[in-house]
Amino acid sequence: MTRSLMSGNEAVARGAWESGVSVGVGYPGTPSTEVLENLSKYDDVNCQWAPNEKVAAEVGAGVSYGGKRALVTMKHVGLNVAADPLFTLSYIGVGGGYVLLVADDPGMHSSQNEQDSRNYAAFAKVPMLEPSDSQEMLAFTRAAFDISEQFDTPVLIRSTTRISHSKSLVEVGERRVAAPVEFKQQPGKWVMMPANARARRVDLAARLERLSAFSNECDLNRIEMRDPGLGIVCSGIVYEYVREALPEASILKIGMVNPLPEALIAEFASKVERLAVVEELDPYLTSRLKALGIKLVETGLSAIGELSPGLIARAFGAEPAELRDAINDLPPRPPLLCPGCPHRGVYWALGKLKAVVTGDIGCYTLGALPPLSAMDTCVCMGASVGMAHGLGMTGATEGRPVVGVIGDSTFAHSGITGVLDMVYNGAEGTIVILDNRTTAMTGHQGNPVSGKTLVGDPAPALDLVALCTALGVRSVRTVDPLDMTATLAALTEETERDGLSVIIAKSPCALIVRSDADPVAIDEELCTRCGVCVRLGCPAIMKLQTGQPVIDTAICVGCGQCVQVCRYNAIVTVGPACDFGGGLK
Amino acid sequence: MSEVTTVVLVGVGGQGTILAGDVIAKVAVAEGHDVKLSEVHGMAQRGGSVDTVVRFGEKVHAPIIDTGVADHLIAFEITEAARKLQYLSKTGRLVVNSRTIQPLPVLTGAVGPAQGVEAELQYEGAVFIDAEALACEAGSPRSANVVLLGAASYGLPFAEQTWRDIIAARVPPKTVEDNLRAFELGRAACAKGVCDL
Repeated sequence: MTRSLMSGNEAVARGAWESGVSVGVGYPGTPSTEVLENLSKYDDVNCQWAPNEKVAAEVGAGVSYGGKRALVTMKHVGLNVAADPLFTLSYIGVGGGYVLLVADDPGMHSSQNEQDSRNYAAFAKVPMLEPSDSQEMLAFTRAAFDISEQFDTPVLIRSTTRISHSKSLVEVGERRVAAPVEFKQQPGKWVMMPANARARRVDLAARLERLSAFSNECDLNRIEMRDPGLGIVCSGIVYEYVREALPEASILKIGMVNPLPEALIAEFASKVERLAVVEELDPYLTSRLKALGIKLVETGLSAIGELSPGLIARAFGAEPAELRDAINDLPPRPPLLCPGCPHRGVYWALGKLKAVVTGDIGCYTLGALPPLSAMDTCVCMGASVGMAHGLGMTGATEGRPVVGVIGDSTFAHSGITGVLDMVYNGAEGTIVILDNRTTAMTGHQGNPVSGKTLVGDPAPALDLVALCTALGVRSVRTVDPLDMTATLAALTEETERDGLSVIIAKSPCALIVRSDADPVAIDEELCTRCGVCVRLGCPAIMKLQTGQPVIDTAICVGCGQCVQVCRYNAIVTVGPACDFGGGLK
Repeated sequence: MSEVTTVVLVGVGGQGTILAGDVIAKVAVAEGHDVKLSEVHGMAQRGGSVDTVVRFGEKVHAPIIDTGVADHLIAFEITEAARKLQYLSKTGRLVVNSRTIQPLPVLTGAVGPAQGVEAELQYEGAVFIDAEALACEAGSPRSANVVLLGAASYGLPFAEQTWRDIIAARVPPKTVEDNLRAFELGRAACAKGVCDL
């Protein structure tokens, strides 16, 4: 069997397909997104983006109820949204196998926090598997479906950025479609009202006992005896770091992090002289081993951010590698809004109005960075709307308008109920839906507003005007954010109006619709070097050290936003070519 | 610890470090190595500072590395070469695309551009390659990342034919000739750069 290079996310998709999965459903979120995108390439699997993770978890539950296997995917913060169904699905159990892949982001490469999803497994009373590389992502996915059906439980698989987004060699298997579990109406199992839930709660405790026994016996957990002088308990990607950092150490590799293999842990502890837990983020294993009365060596490793082989080696006494001298005083390179990004026009207008802006999750969060500096809050998916309402009630902004800013996919995810709340409770304020026709930050996935399914097929596109009108918003209007004058006028009018208004700033992401407009250039005779164009934060515009702005015609897409803000008509469509190497084509 | 070779590709989100890393990883697999590759997706891809790590050897555990470990640092941009220089071991090889992409704080004048970085990299033994110019010479300005692959290949223990096969399979069919020429020019430029030192 030849082995092929696969990312962790590709391997989960392969494992699910080999397990005969019938439906894959989730919401895009780095680092989980590519699982469903890869699963959709296989035949005989129906893959869908749901509007949010809660809906995805519930769709999966319906598939399972119908006797088929379901894979549900999301990033760690998505599991907060899906926690509500998960905590009761653990009581119910499954029909067909139910596996939920959650991808954590230690170090917050692309997230607002770095919560440790292992806590959810214990909290929701469901088994959790934690693979260490792509081969295990495949194998553990297969095991997860089997455990789900054998023990009548949802199963969580926890990945992290370095597993989902690293590639390693994988030996693949064949697809085997188990006979579907017979669909049965069983109210005592599936209707969780108090009388039924109390009975299921007792069953759940018994199931966890059986799973504990399984955890001690299964090959997901294993002892690797090397030098008995030092034993390390670890899981996930940390296992690979420990193997590299401490090649002689004995290891208890935990592949099933809930329930833990307590007998195996005790056995390992008895075989080694010194025992340490090495884990990334929360002291999940540490606290449980301590509760078992096992004496641990303190490592001093931080619970904040990612671990690495070097950090672990140094915690156990290794000298750091000799380093070259650092080159200091380098300019930082934060991520930025692309040339031609339609969000830029809205942020410019909000700056003009000195609005206090509650923000949300997406590419447009980058509007919080200088020079636009146009966003004052960012918490979680949908928070912009509720926070605009709450902030508005305090009157604390002293005459400055409060504006909530939310993307199209984020609005469909969890902005709609916020607007409903504002209508219901008679809120003042303005919500801007940045409708760029795609879920841009995670790589341009379809969503209910864009009218494209996961596989790119046409779908009914949500009519945002009709929806907001139906919710009871009195003033709903659409504006083209590339038309700066119209955008500023709309925002001025709506923020001055009493009551609640919604503005839909509709223009496709500059990366999905290629502009055929000519690049523009600056006529230095007319230019007064006022700097207003520079303050748009477009990577195609550079202020030279003389103060003279210039435009990189190699990357300018001719969106015309800078042309409109220039009061001296100095930005023209015909001009000298200039390439200062912005480089973001 | 068995011998593991580490190549780190650094650049600016959108420059093609992920594709280049993928090619190196596939070449290493074709030559019979165990391989791990680590990428960053998501927010940093929007013009931020990015790196891709490729590691190969008899058995590779960690997909990421610490400072002082990389055997090869292939920088697609000068400032990023400087920013990530400490990943490179004291004896490692440094290849730098002689191109600067100014970050937004420099474009807006909030901070000044990096000063004297090229000289410092030169002092660190960098071989500079003008990948964009060589890509144009090869017939396709978009093949700068394949020029840099050619430069990277010069110091890696793989057969030239393996590189050519993997690249030909990885790029769009119409661009195979241009990309193979870009690879050759990068490889030759690096050989010359090393001889010139």
